[in-house]
Amino acid sequence: MSNEVKHREPLFHIAKRSSIVWWKAWLVRLGAIVLAFFFSAVLTVLLTGENPLDVFSSLIKGAIGTNRRIWVLFQNTAMLLCVALAVTPAFKMKFWNIGAEGQALIGAMATAACMIKLTGVLPAPLLILAMFVASVVSGAVWAVIPALFKAKWNTNETLFTLMMNYIAIQIVSYFSGEWAVPKGSGKIGIINGDTMEGWLPVIGGKNYLLNILVVAAITVGMYIYLKYSKHGYEIAVVGESQNTARYIGINVKKVIIRTMIISGALCGVAGFLLVAGTDHTVTRDTIAGRGFTAIMVSWLAKFNPLYMVLTSLLIVFMERGAIQISTSCGLNNSFSEIITGIIIFFIIGCEFFLNYQIKFREKEGK
Amino acid sequence: MSGNAAIELKNITKVFGSIVANKDVCLTVNRGEILSILGENGSGKTTLMNMISGIYFPDHGQIFIDGEEVVIRSPKDAFKYKIGMIHQHFKLVDVFSATENIILGLEKKGKYNLKAAAAEVKSISEKYGFEIDPMKKIHEMSVSEKQTVEIIKVLFRGADILILDEPTAVLTPQETQKLFKILRRMRDDGKAIIIITHKLHEVLSLSDRVSVLRKGEYIGTVNTAETDEAQLTEMMVGKKISLNIDRSEPKELEERLVVTGLDCINREGVKVLDNVSFTAYSGELLGIAGIAGSGQRELLEAIAGLQSLNEGSIIYHDPKTGKEENLRNKTPRQIRDLGVRLSFVPEDRLGMGLVGSMDIIDNMMLRSYRKGKSMFLERKAPKDLAMQIIEDLSVVTPGATTPVRQLSGGNVQKVLVGREISSSPTVLMAAYPVRGLDINSSYLIYNLLNEQKEKGAAVIFVGEDLDVLIELCDRILVIGSGSVAGIVDARNTTKEEIGLLMTKSKTSEKEE
Amino acid sequence: MIAAFIHRAVMQGIPLLFGSTGEIITEKAGHLNLGIPGIMYVGGISGVIGAFFYEQSLNGAPLNGFLAVMIPLLSSLLGSLLMGLIYSFLTVTLRANQNVTGLALTTFGVGVGNFFGGSLIKLVDTDMPSITLTKTSAFFSKTLPFADELGWFGEVFLSYSFLAYAAIIIALISSYVLKKTRVGLNIRAIGENPATADAAGINVERYKYLSTCIGSMIAGLGGLYYVMDYATGIWSNDGFGDRGWLAIALVIFAVWRPNISIIGSILFGALFIVHNYIENLSMSDQELFKMAPYVVTLIVLIAISMRDKKENQPPASLGISYFREDR
Repeated sequence: MSNEVKHREPLFHIAKRSSIVWWKAWLVRLGAIVLAFFFSAVLTVLLTGENPLDVFSSLIKGAIGTNRRIWVLFQNTAMLLCVALAVTPAFKMKFWNIGAEGQALIGAMATAACMIKLTGVLPAPLLILAMFVASVVSGAVWAVIPALFKAKWNTNETLFTLMMNYIAIQIVSYFSGEWAVPKGSGKIGIINGDTMEGWLPVIGGKNYLLNILVVAAITVGMYIYLKYSKHGYEIAVVGESQNTARYIGINVKKVIIRTMIISGALCGVAGFLLVAGTDHTVTRDTIAGRGFTAIMVSWLAKFNPLYMVLTSLLIVFMERGAIQISTSCGLNNSFSEIITGIIIFFIIGCEFFLNYQIKFREKEGK
Repeated sequence: MSGNAAIELKNITKVFGSIVANKDVCLTVNRGEILSILGENGSGKTTLMNMISGIYFPDHGQIFIDGEEVVIRSPKDAFKYKIGMIHQHFKLVDVFSATENIILGLEKKGKYNLKAAAAEVKSISEKYGFEIDPMKKIHEMSVSEKQTVEIIKVLFRGADILILDEPTAVLTPQETQKLFKILRRMRDDGKAIIIITHKLHEVLSLSDRVSVLRKGEYIGTVNTAETDEAQLTEMMVGKKISLNIDRSEPKELEERLVVTGLDCINREGVKVLDNVSFTAYSGELLGIAGIAGSGQRELLEAIAGLQSLNEGSIIYHDPKTGKEENLRNKTPRQIRDLGVRLSFVPEDRLGMGLVGSMDIIDNMMLRSYRKGKSMFLERKAPKDLAMQIIEDLSVVTPGATTPVRQLSGGNVQKVLVGREISSSPTVLMAAYPVRGLDINSSYLIYNLLNEQKEKGAAVIFVGEDLDVLIELCDRILVIGSGSVAGIVDARNTTKEEIGLLMTKSKTSEKEE
Repeated sequence: MIAAFIHRAVMQGIPLLFGSTGEIITEKAGHLNLGIPGIMYVGGISGVIGAFFYEQSLNGAPLNGFLAVMIPLLSSLLGSLLMGLIYSFLTVTLRANQNVTGLALTTFGVGVGNFFGGSLIKLVDTDMPSITLTKTSAFFSKTLPFADELGWFGEVFLSYSFLAYAAIIIALISSYVLKKTRVGLNIRAIGENPATADAAGINVERYKYLSTCIGSMIAGLGGLYYVMDYATGIWSNDGFGDRGWLAIALVIFAVWRPNISIIGSILFGALFIVHNYIENLSMSDQELFKMAPYVVTLIVLIAISMRDKKENQPPASLGISYFREDR
C-alpha cells in the first residue's frame, strides 16, 4: 500500500467554477466578513488588552453612538459612495481609472477657486451654479486626458491616472500657498466663514442632508444608466470584448472618452459636495484617500451601484468604529486603516472561492 | 503489447464544467513509430495531449511511461519523462529571441550562456535541416519560423516522446513535406511521435498507426498500412457519410457585391491581401477555400468594415434602389446606416460575434440596440427574437437569460447564426461556421446558409472541409497567401483541383 | 554648493531607488503591486520597532554596533516580507484583482506605519516623549571613510551610508539578474506570457511569489533608509509622504530597467529638492516644482506608448492573473 503513495495524483487541484448558486455566493461573502471581524477583534484585543465586548461596543458607539455620529457616518458613506459611483462606469469598461483621487480633488479645487474669486461678483445662487459647473468640467477634463491618450496611443491608463493624482495634489498645494489665509500659513482656511456664501444650503435643519440626497439620486441614476441605457450597454460590451464592440460598430474610442468624461465629472461632483457642502475649504487631503478606497468599494460590489451602498457603508462603519476604539484606548487613528485593509483582504480573498473550486483527490476504494 | 510502449494511457477522463472533453480514452505509442491521433475539430485530441504534457490534469485514469505509472502534474514533470509538445498555438515569448525561447525553463548546470546555447541551436538546426537565426526575435518571425523554434525547443530538451498538435495547419505544402521528412528521421532515431491532425492524407502518408477519437471518446486504433480513407472517415464521423446537402440551382443571379483589387498590409507590414477581386451574386453561395491564415479573415473583416484597406473597392449593389455604394473603409455602423443588410458570422464566436457573459437576450440586442431615439434600451423585441431562435433552432439552454458562455459550442453558434439571419440579410458572410460543431448542428447551419441563398442573399462561406465546400457551394474562390488563386465551379471541380490551387500561389511566390 | 546639491539629491533618491527596484522585479513577473507605498511604510516602521525595542532593552547602555544595524534591518525585511506574502497569497494563489489588492495593501501598510508610529510609546508604556532613535540612526548614517576630507569628491561619492550603496548595488545586481541569468529569463518570460513559461516547465507560482516577496523586501529597505538615515531616526507620521507612488512612477521612467532607475532616482531626487536651491521661491512655487517628477514620468509614459517599440513596453501580462486551466 505504502509504496503506491508516490504515484497518487496531487492532494487537490483547482478548477474553475462554471457558476455558483446566488445564496452560496452570499454565504461565502458573509463568512468572509465574519472572519474579518473575528480577525480584527483578535488583533484589537491583542493590541489594547481590552475586553473584546468593550471593543465591540466602542466600535458600535463610534459609528452610530450619537445622532451626530450617525450623520457623520451617512455623510462619509455618501462621499465615498459618490466617488465609487464615479469610477464604476470606467471600471465596467475595464478602464483602470485609479485617478479618482485627482479628479475629485481638482473638482474640489475648482469649487474653492470659484468661491474665492467669484464671491461678490455673482449673486449667491449663480455662484453655486458656477462652482458646480467648474467642478464638473475640471473633473471631466482631468479624466479625459488619460482617456484621449489611451484611445490614441494605447497609453497605460493605470499608470497615467495614477500620475495625474499627484499633479492635482501639487496644484492644490500651490494654491493653498497662493491663497492662504492668513498669508504664509499654507492653508486656505474656511472660505466665506462669515457670509456662508457659496455654501450649500442646510435643508431640514440637518447638515449634510443635501449631500446625502444628491448622492442617493446619483446612485439611482447610475444604476439606471448602467443597466437600462444604451450607453450602459455599450460600456458593458466594450468592457467584455473590444472586438465584439468593433464588430457591431461601436466606436470604442468614443465610448472610452465619453465614459471617462462621465466618470471624471462625477468625481468633480464629489469634490464639489465636499467643498461646498461639508468642508468649505480645500486642502491636499480633502479627498482623504477616498479615490482609492472607492475603487475597492466599487470592485467589492461587483460594479453594482446598489450593492455599493452596502460596501461603502461597511467600510465607513468600520472606519468610524475603529477611530472610536483608538481614541478610547489612546491609540492612533490609523488603526481604522488597518481594520479597513483587513476587511478588504478577506473580501477579495473570498472571491476566489466563488470563481474556483478546490477538488480534493478522490478517495480510492479502501 | 506494452513491451516497448513509450507511453500508455488508460481510461483517461477530463471534464470541463458540464462538457466531457475526454471519456475513458486509452492509447499506446511505441518507440520508433509515428502515431496519428485523428478526430474532427472538438473531438478532444488537444485536451488529451495537454494532459500528457502537464497542462491539464486528468480527472480519472492512469498514464504509464515505459510501463511505469507516472503522475504528470506540470509541464516540468512532462519534461522529466522526456515528453515534448509542440502546441498549435505557439507558446513563445514575443520579445525574446529564438535562443532565449528555446532555453526557457531549462535547468542546466553551469553558467547561463546565451552564446553557447545559440551555437547549440545552430547545430541542432543544421543536423535536421532547419533554417533559423538563433538571435532573431519572435515578433519578427514568420509562422513557419516560429514553428521551427518550437520544434527545436523540444529537441533541445532531448525529448523522445514528441507531440505535435496540428503542425501542418499553418504550413505550405513544401514546408509540410520538409517537416514530415524530419519527423520520419526522428522516428528512425527511435523517438515516439504523436501527431494530431484531421487531415486524412497526412495520416496515411506519414503515420504507422492511427488512433481515432470521436466526441471525446476513444474509437479504436488501426495500422495505417491496413486501412484507407473510407474506414478512417467512418471511424472519425461514426457512420459513412455521403454529405447529402440539398443544393438548389442558383436563380435570378444579380451582382450584389463587387470586390476589386483589395490590398491590405497589416500592422506587422505583411501584405495579407494582394489584389483580391471577385463578385458575389444574390442567390448564390460562394465558398472560400484556402490554408488557414491565407487572408480569409482579413477579407471578410474588410467587407464588414473591420479592416482598413490600402487599395481597392467594395461596391455594394442595393437590390431595392439599385444604387451602388462603396463600402471600403467604412465602419460597420456607417455600412448599416447606408441600409446595407450585411450579416457576418465571425470565426471567433465568443470573442467577436457574441459577448460571453451576457445572456441570450442581451446578445440579440448587439445588432439592434441602437433602434429608436430613446436613450434607454428596449428589451421586448430582443426577448421575442431570443425566444424565437431558441425554438426555431432548438437551442439547448435553461432559458433566454442564461449567459451564452455557459452554452455548448453548437448552441452558441445557433444563437449567433440565428441572430445574424434574423435581419434577412442581403449579404451573409460566415467564417468557419461549423468548426467544433457536431454533425447535426453542422447540417443545421448548412441548411440555414442554403435557405438564405434561396431567399436571395449573397452568401459567402469560408470553410476548411473541401468535401463540404464542393457539395454545398455554387462557386469556390480559392485563396492563397492573400491573393485569389482561382474561382472554380463547385459542381465541376475536384478536391485535387482545389488543393492544387491552394498551393499554387505559394509556389509562384517563391519563384519570384 | 553643487556638490551639496548632488548629495541631497542622492539622499532623496535612494528610497525611490529601493522602491522602484523592488517594483520592477515584481512587475517583471507580471504583477503590478500598487501596495509598494504601504510596503515601504511597513519596512520603515518594522525597522523602527526593532530598533526601539533594542534601545529600550539596553536601558541607556551603549549600543552594540552590529546588533544596532542587524536588528532593525532584519525586522524591516521581515515586515516587508510579510506584506509581500499577503499580496502574493491574494494575487497569485487566490488570483485576486491586483489593483484592488495593491490599493488595499497600501491602505493597510500606511495604517500600520502610522498606527505603530503613533501608538508604540503608549503600547509599551515608557516615558519617552516620541520615537527618536538617534543612537541607532548614528550607525545607519555612517558614511564611508575620508568622506569629509576629500572635498567635493568626498561629498558627491563617499558621503552616504551603507544602505545607500546597497541600493545602488542591489539595483545593479537586479539589472544583471533580470537580463543575464536564467532566473531573470524565467521571470521575464512569466511577466510576458505566463502560459508559455508554464509550458516550458517553469514553476510560475513559485517565481511570482519569489519576485513579489523579494521585490517587497527591497522596497521595504527604502522605508528603513528613509527613517534611519534621511530622517535621522525620528519617525513622524506620514513623513514618508508620497515617495512610494514616486517609486512606482520611477519604474516607468526607467522603462523597467533597474540600472536606469539609479540615474532616474537621483534625477527625481534632484527635481524634488531643486526648489530649495532657487532663490526667492515662494512656498507655493516650491509646490509646483515638486510636481516635476510626476510630469516627467507622464511624458516618458506617453513617449514610450507613442514610439510603440516592443522592447520598451510594460510586461505584456502585467496585472493579469494566470490560471493554467483557463480556456
